[in-house]
Amino acid sequence: MFETLILILDSTVRLSTPLLLACLAGLYSERSGVVDIGLEGKMLGAAFGAGAVAYVTANAWLGLLAGIGVSVALGLLHGFASISNRGNQIVSGVAINFLAAGLTALLGQTWFRQGGRTPALPEGGRFRDIAWPYAEQLREIPVIGPLYSELLSGHNILVYAGFLAVPLTWWVLFRTRFGLRLRAVGENPAAVDTAGISVAWLRYRAVIACGILCGFAGAYLSIAQGAGFGVNMTAGKGFIALAALIFAKWRPANAMFACLLFGFLDAVSIRMQGQEVPGIGEIPVQFFQALPYILTVILLAGFIGKAVPPKAAGIPYLKERS
Amino acid sequence: MSETPAIELRGINKSFGPVHANKNIDLVVKKGSIHGIVGENGAGKSTLMSILYGFYHADDGDILVNGKKVTIADSKAAIGMGIGMVHQHFMLVDNFTVLENVVLGAEDSAMLAGGLDRARIELKRLEEEYELRVDPDALIQDLPVGLQQRVEILKALYRSAEVLILDEPTGVLTPPEADHLFKILEVLKKEGKTILLITHKLREIMAATDSVSVMRRGEMVATRETQNTSMEELAELMVGRSVLLRVDKKPAVPAEPVMEVENLCVTDQRGVQVVKDVSFSVRAGEIVGIAGVSGNGQSELLETLSGIRRATQGRLKINGETIDLGTSTLDAADMRARSMGHVPEDRHRMGLINSFSEYENSILGYHRDPAYSSGLLMNIAAIKENAVAEIGKYDIRPPNPMLKTASFSGGNQQKIVLAREIERDPEVLLVGQPTRGVDIGAIEFIHSRLVELRDAGKGILLVSVELDEIRALADRILVMFDGRIVGERGANADEGELGLLMAGVEDNAKMSVEGDVR
Repeated sequence: MFETLILILDSTVRLSTPLLLACLAGLYSERSGVVDIGLEGKMLGAAFGAGAVAYVTANAWLGLLAGIGVSVALGLLHGFASISNRGNQIVSGVAINFLAAGLTALLGQTWFRQGGRTPALPEGGRFRDIAWPYAEQLREIPVIGPLYSELLSGHNILVYAGFLAVPLTWWVLFRTRFGLRLRAVGENPAAVDTAGISVAWLRYRAVIACGILCGFAGAYLSIAQGAGFGVNMTAGKGFIALAALIFAKWRPANAMFACLLFGFLDAVSIRMQGQEVPGIGEIPVQFFQALPYILTVILLAGFIGKAVPPKAAGIPYLKERS
Repeated sequence: MSETPAIELRGINKSFGPVHANKNIDLVVKKGSIHGIVGENGAGKSTLMSILYGFYHADDGDILVNGKKVTIADSKAAIGMGIGMVHQHFMLVDNFTVLENVVLGAEDSAMLAGGLDRARIELKRLEEEYELRVDPDALIQDLPVGLQQRVEILKALYRSAEVLILDEPTGVLTPPEADHLFKILEVLKKEGKTILLITHKLREIMAATDSVSVMRRGEMVATRETQNTSMEELAELMVGRSVLLRVDKKPAVPAEPVMEVENLCVTDQRGVQVVKDVSFSVRAGEIVGIAGVSGNGQSELLETLSGIRRATQGRLKINGETIDLGTSTLDAADMRARSMGHVPEDRHRMGLINSFSEYENSILGYHRDPAYSSGLLMNIAAIKENAVAEIGKYDIRPPNPMLKTASFSGGNQQKIVLAREIERDPEVLLVGQPTRGVDIGAIEFIHSRLVELRDAGKGILLVSVELDEIRALADRILVMFDGRIVGERGANADEGELGLLMAGVEDNAKMSVEGDVR
């Protein structure tokens, strides 16, 4: 029983990581007032970029860099449409999702001829799990042993990066000048403008930060958790991350808990597959997959506290013509 | 040789597309003075100040700060030259603390902690020097507007502003808050700061400034020493013709009551009782004014009577019908059907849909009227015809019923609402803040239309926070304080006495008058 729990928690961590990275990415963007429904597309683009480059170079780090590059480029596209040209942020985000879904499959097929997938990664093209010191020796100690050896130890570096990004994001938002301005521009861009700070440049930086984190999330899928890119491999994770962001009320620590919760539901659903629950029978996987959305809707309806988005989110900034 | 002026503008021009907002503006502002700039809405005051603050760029012309010619590329440059601005709509982040708002854009370094600590000390010093007290850790959203404005002033002072521009600073303030603001400005002046006060309220100019410049249609038409001018002269300069600041009206000839309110109580959404046992009547052919500082239950009273808000108890007699407001489910349309017109306090929120065209707005609330609607389709031709007629009668400019109401000035928007309500010929008209954000010329027009309606034998209930307006129009004045009617006075009531009533000082005068009669 305890072992089962550890295993579920272990896969919770693995499944939460891409959600967490994407969720924090969205947090930077939305805190600056740029709604980003294109997390999904950026993750997918990054996953493809990482998978392709890691295969060709047999270097995971170059793969990660490529993933970040693709994701930031898509982010800048979103920024160009919604910040510079004051376009509708939802439309721009949706466009990026379509663009990424189509382009990755098309380029994948053209380059590798494996139905849109990238070939299996060679040695060195993938981030390996890192065993912590004495993980093997401590495994036998009751309770603490498995916790240490299974749960803490034995993940790849992107998992640790994802969880370290939580306190880092908190620190950036609430302890630095950039964070203060970022939060301000998402609430009242006119206040930032009249204080002599460029609204556009601030938002661009937020969009770039978002792109970098989405790059991590995408690379995680194709070259850390998986061993190559598969068509549409994000499978809605970007949207779950967006739901988690709302669930977390746009706060970093909450984001971590929300992503862990959603990851946990995912882990449980995998575990429950084909298993009979006494008295209920087999619970369909779809039920668990729908839960994050259902929980978010319940939250939005005002049953669990209140989720107030940044006031200026979604509104292009235009200097008022008095 | 006189001292170098703090600010000098020479030949400033600025156009927005076809609109020439500033034409060849010259302006000299003496150091250490309070200089007023008056003009009607749209005269170009805010544009000029935004140019000075680097928010817009002038098409041509020179700006001199302390005698030196400068180019102000952006707000940052303006701040660097010691120019600070308190905007009409505060530039504050609502869910930030006072301290965070003050340091935003003026943080010392990439890390916040040091800057926040310095700001805390500096705020303490400013607080002592200028008597600008405010809790640095309070959230902006929890502060009343008066204090929010103080934070704006502190922001400017924290950036060591020597010249402070205030754009319509009293628009959102209650009279006591406005008085307090002027005291603060006096202190700032004593400390050697230069203040530019932009307003359209002449009374404030006379009370607070040393000199005043008048703008009209993008031009600077005159500059006067305040002590050598008068409200009448300034009003004439602003409008370009002589205007009547007093309303010309005959004594009222009231007849039977057309509206009677008894024991009305209203509770707001927070569960607080905001209207407490209010009873009064309005007779045909009179204007009853409700005076009071904003937030004392007047808005709720008006909304309840017009059918927008529910009462907990009370009766309303109108048109011979008695309505139990405690149980009534009559909505705004039902009240209109009972011949009660309503000019709401906030025309943007309730009076108009600004993205609709003028002709559509001209029948809002009356759109079910068979004259305009067959039940399924609107009778666009009839609506437009009516709109054109109202535009002519109320001198609404530009005279184009197809234009969105967002493109009309405040005064003309208000005339659209007024025309819509008055032209349905109501027996009772409820009017809230009829001239808020309206220029002088339109105020004169609106006031005379209300008096005409009164003389036509209709009853008018007027709610206004502008005591001058109440005194000018009302035949009877009721004062509301804390949800109650605390006093009733005649048309020529003493201003000081009304002020005391509005501040909640007990009404003993009424009793003593009644005693004398006995």
